[in-house]
Amino acid sequence: MSTAEARLEVLTRINRAKEGAQTPERPPYPRAAAQTREEVLHTFQDRIEDYRAGFVRVAPPGLLEAVRTALGGARRVVVPGGLDAVWLPDGLDVRRDEPFLTHAELDGADAVVTGCAVAVATTGTIILDHGPGQGRRVLTLVPDLHVCIIRADQIVPDVLDGVQAVAAAVRAGRPLTWISGGSATSDIELVRVEGVHGPRRLQVIVVDGPAWRGRG
Amino acid sequence: MSGLHPSRPFPEAAREAVGNPQLRANLRKVTNTIREKRLRAVEELPHWEELRQLGAATKDASLANLSDRLLELEASVVARGGRVHWARDAAEARELVAQIAQAHQVTELIKVKSITSDEIELNAALDAHGIHAIETDLAELIVQLSHDTPSHILVPAIHRNRAEIQALFNRELGDPQHLSDEPAVLAGAARRYLRQKFLTTKMAVSGANFAVAETGTVCVVESEGNGRMCVTLPEVLVSIMGIEKVLQTWEDISVFMEVLPRSSTAERMNPYTSFWSGVTPGDGPQEFHLILLDNGRTDVLADEVGRQTLRCIRCSACLNVCPVYERAGGHAYGSVYPGPIGAILTPQLLNMTDKNANTLPGASSLCGACYDACPVRINIPQVLIYLRGEANDQKGVTLESLAMQGMRYAMSEGWRFEGAVKLARLGQGPLVRNGQITALPGLLGGWTQSRDLSAFPPQSFREWWRTRNAEPGAGSEGGQP
Repeated sequence: MSTAEARLEVLTRINRAKEGAQTPERPPYPRAAAQTREEVLHTFQDRIEDYRAGFVRVAPPGLLEAVRTALGGARRVVVPGGLDAVWLPDGLDVRRDEPFLTHAELDGADAVVTGCAVAVATTGTIILDHGPGQGRRVLTLVPDLHVCIIRADQIVPDVLDGVQAVAAAVRAGRPLTWISGGSATSDIELVRVEGVHGPRRLQVIVVDGPAWRGRG
Repeated sequence: MSGLHPSRPFPEAAREAVGNPQLRANLRKVTNTIREKRLRAVEELPHWEELRQLGAATKDASLANLSDRLLELEASVVARGGRVHWARDAAEARELVAQIAQAHQVTELIKVKSITSDEIELNAALDAHGIHAIETDLAELIVQLSHDTPSHILVPAIHRNRAEIQALFNRELGDPQHLSDEPAVLAGAARRYLRQKFLTTKMAVSGANFAVAETGTVCVVESEGNGRMCVTLPEVLVSIMGIEKVLQTWEDISVFMEVLPRSSTAERMNPYTSFWSGVTPGDGPQEFHLILLDNGRTDVLADEVGRQTLRCIRCSACLNVCPVYERAGGHAYGSVYPGPIGAILTPQLLNMTDKNANTLPGASSLCGACYDACPVRINIPQVLIYLRGEANDQKGVTLESLAMQGMRYAMSEGWRFEGAVKLARLGQGPLVRNGQITALPGLLGGWTQSRDLSAFPPQSFREWWRTRNAEPGAGSEGGQP
C-alpha cells in the first residue's frame, strides 16, 4: 500500500466529482445587538453559574482573598510559568511548572491556578491559548481543581469575538483549550454527573477595576 | 452490526426492535428529554436561521473546492511538524493505524470516541494485530466492555440502564468496592480505571470534528475530559478524519461552535474543546499523524442531490426528532450511522450497491422534522426520496415496477381510473371485514402489514356527482335563497 498512490487517487476522484460545481455565496455572520460592558459581564456570570462552576467578581485588592477562598482546602498548587506572583496568597505549597513537572507530579497536585486568553459571555466559555500565565495543556487537565483568573476586559460578547481574539495565536501554531464548566457526562440514563476525567471543579475569578494592572 | 454494512434489511431489524417495549420506553424518554432541551438552547439564539444558512454555505464552500482545501490542510499540518496520510478505503486507514502502532511497539492504546474509527472497524483490526484499543468515553467504554455496539451518535449506550451498567462494571473493572447503581458512582469507577491508562499509555487515536486548512488545526469537541487526556498526554497521536470535515479558515470554526453543541447536547457549549496544529514543542504529543479518509465520500460528492449529506457535523439532532428512530432505535439501522442521517449517509457511502443498506431510505415517515432540526440544513427528506428512486432503478423491471406502470396508465385518464375503481370494488369482496381491509394478497401485502386499508365505498365521488347533477333541482341553482 502506498499512501502517495492513495493521495493521487482521492484527489482525482474529488476533481472528477466536482466538475461544474459552483462555490456558493456566503451570507454575512449574524451578530447580536451591541451590549454594555455590564450586560456582557452579567451574561458571563449567569452562564458560569449555570454550569455550576464557582464565580466571584472582585476589585483588585480582593484578589488574594478570592484565590484563597477558591482554593478551599487545596494545599499543593501548581502554577504555570509567567503567572504573576501577586495572584497567589501565602501559605501554599506552590510548584511552578519550570522545569516541566512530570505527569505523576501533576497527578499529586490538588489544584492549578491560571489566567486565560479570552472568555466568551454568551456561552460562558474560557479560552486558553497556552501562552504565559496559562501553561501547557496538561496543567489545567490533570489536577482536580482549576482556579481561573480572568480580567474583566478579557470577556467578549460572543463566540465569533472569541475566535477572532485568538486568531493570531492559532496562526502562530499554538494549541487552544476551550473550557465551559467542569467536566461532565450524561451517558448513564441522561443523568448529569459532574467531574469525570478533567478537573472536577472550576472556580472563576473575574478581576474588575480601573487600577488593575495584572498580566494574563 | 459493525462498521457500515447492515447485516439485514431495515424492516426486518426494526420489526424486532419495535416489539421490545422496554427499549421503546427508554428511547421515548431520552429523545423527548433531549428534544425539549435542544429547543430551549436554540430559542436562546435570535439568529438561529441565519447561523444555519451560514453553516450550510460554509460547508458547501469547502466541499466545492475540496481538493484545494485538503492540499492546503496537508501543507499546514506538515509545516507544523505533523504527518499526513491518505486512505482510499477502510482497509487502508486501518492498516495505517496498525503500522504506526507497530512502529512504536505499542500493544495498548487509548481512544477518544470516534464514529469514523467505528466506521472503519478499527478496534477489531487492531485486535488482529495484537493491539488492544481502550475506549475512554464513558458510554463507549460501556459498549466495549459489554461487547455491544453503539446505538446513538451522541449517547452510544442509550439503550442500557443503570442496573445493567452496575453489573457490568462490578464484573469487568475488577473494582474492589462494590459499586451502587448511582450514575455518579459508576462514572467514578470509570475515572479510577482510566486515570492510570491516561497517564501511562504511549499512543492515542482520535477522530476530528473539524480541521482548518489554513492553519492545520484539528479539533475535538467533547464533555468528559477524556478527549483532552487522549490528545494531550500520550507521546503519539493519530487522528482519523473523513475528508469532508475540512474548513477553509480559522474564523470558519466560529459558526460550528455555535450550532454544534446546541444541536447535539443542547448545551450552550460543550465542556471541553481541544484545538491543536501539528506538534507543539514541550506541550502534548511530539508525534502527530492525520489520516484523511475517503471510504465512499467522493462518490457522495459526485452526486448533485446527495452531496449535501457531506455537510453533516454528526450532531445527532435529526435522531432525536425522528419518529422512526424513536420507535426502532439505533441498532435497527445496522450501521454506525443511525437515524435519518444514517438512512441517507450509509447507502451513499456504500455506493447504493448494498442490498440491506438500500432499504434504509425507506426508514422514514418523511415528516420533515429532521430537516427542520438540522443545523446545516441538510434536506434529508429530499435525499431520502431521491435515494428511494435510485434504489428502485437499480432493481430493474420488477412486479412492483410493472404494477406502478399499470397504475400510471390507469390514473392518467379519468375513464380508465373509474373503470379500475369499479373492478377493484368487485374484487375486494372477500377481503373486507367491517369496512376495512387488513390483509392484501401477494405483493400488495406489504401495504397492509403495518396498517389497515379502508374498503372502496359502494359509490365513488364521481358516480355520486353524476347522479346528483341528473336529479331535478340539483346543481348550482340548488343554493338559491
